[in-house]
Amino acid sequence: MQQPNLTPTANLMLRETASQTAGPYVHIGLALAVAGLPERDEEIWNELAKDNAEGERIEVAGRVIDGNGDLVRDALLEAWQADANGDYQTAFDLKAPFNSFGRTATTAEGNSEWRFVTVKPGAIARPDGRTMAPHINLTIFARGVNLHLQTRLYFDDEQKANAGCPVLGAIESPARRQTLIARREEGGEGGLPRYRLDIVLQGEGETVFFDF
Amino acid sequence: MSLNRNLNRRFVERDRQWHPAAYTPGYKTSVPRSPSQALVSLQTPSVSELTGPEFRRLRMGPHDNDLLLNFRDADSPGLPVGERVIMFGRVVDQFGKPVPQTLVEMWQANAGGRYRHKKDSYLAPLDPNFGGVGRCLTDDDGWYHFRTIKPGPYPWPNGINTWRPAHIHVSVMGPAISTRLITQMYFEGDPLIPICPIVQTLKDEEAVGTMIGRLDMARSRPMDALAYRFDLVVRGELQTYFENQ
Repeated sequence: MQQPNLTPTANLMLRETASQTAGPYVHIGLALAVAGLPERDEEIWNELAKDNAEGERIEVAGRVIDGNGDLVRDALLEAWQADANGDYQTAFDLKAPFNSFGRTATTAEGNSEWRFVTVKPGAIARPDGRTMAPHINLTIFARGVNLHLQTRLYFDDEQKANAGCPVLGAIESPARRQTLIARREEGGEGGLPRYRLDIVLQGEGETVFFDF
Repeated sequence: MSLNRNLNRRFVERDRQWHPAAYTPGYKTSVPRSPSQALVSLQTPSVSELTGPEFRRLRMGPHDNDLLLNFRDADSPGLPVGERVIMFGRVVDQFGKPVPQTLVEMWQANAGGRYRHKKDSYLAPLDPNFGGVGRCLTDDDGWYHFRTIKPGPYPWPNGINTWRPAHIHVSVMGPAISTRLITQMYFEGDPLIPICPIVQTLKDEEAVGTMIGRLDMARSRPMDALAYRFDLVVRGELQTYFENQ
């Protein structure tokens, strides 16, 4: 007996496996230390850039907030971003100074902030001649989220690039574009400049989420 | 600033009627966590969505895919309690093309339905020889294998008497962040499946069927372990042969 999605449909295409929530214990699988499990030799975590990575080393951090204004304390986030030159490093390698991919989580205790240490990504030219402003692609998984949410983090000190970015421009409401712009502040961990962005799942100030 | 690469690639559009909706009030936690605004569709996919990490250089431990052996009581090491099972399958895309060398991760409760997580306080005890996490890369033909025990069902606060069917959480990356997917594998024939509010977030019975691991006697090991086959289908990859003008 086969799963039904292995039967070709009329248009000769299989159906995608359906999504289910990552649940409250996602950390066991994807963030072992947060669950209280011993870590394996190599884990995927939140330091995308070591101190010898090329570019401006920064911290990005924020909270995840639900429709009641409460902190979402069991979210897992994934980052995917270009390096300082605007190139994606697809070969994940913990020995490399920079990786384009990382994971972080909000936590049950304290102020429940997620956090990445990375470098500010470069701008990216599209073949149509338009340029995407520096950004970090973020994916959000959590209990109560049936299919992961996809968004982008932009930087408030890139006003000119942001104004010309075709993806920000695709958001019809100018006010809603602001939900993707992280604010720079001084005094991150280890003296790194910190960009802060809260992700609001629902209601006032709801973050823009993308379909792609 | 660099020029875009990989742009002759695109993916079949994700069918959001097939997947569960964000707002599914039968699963109560989704109520305050579901966006109320429409998603913004990116009409022109860029390198940001069309690429993703590959993990050939992620160093795996020898037992990362063997949950019978990868967590052992330091004082009196032994095997975990529960039904021994082999969970295996193939990662393919919607056109049936295998997805080689992609990262598959899984996590689960123990045989009593208890997770080794500091936030789980269910009555059932922890198993000193069971952690509940596995990972591996698919081989060149897209196959993956785990050895584990069958997790137990457990109660959770949603309705007054709501139970999760036995399930294993499964995470797959696929060729790009566009194909990223997290799901759960259920066990064929479990009577808790049709009454689970999380399963019921799906409207289509056929979609539920994509999440059912099937008993495979041929690949079961006599006097050792039953096998359950769970194939994962990620979005189909297409090449774009013509310029968009």
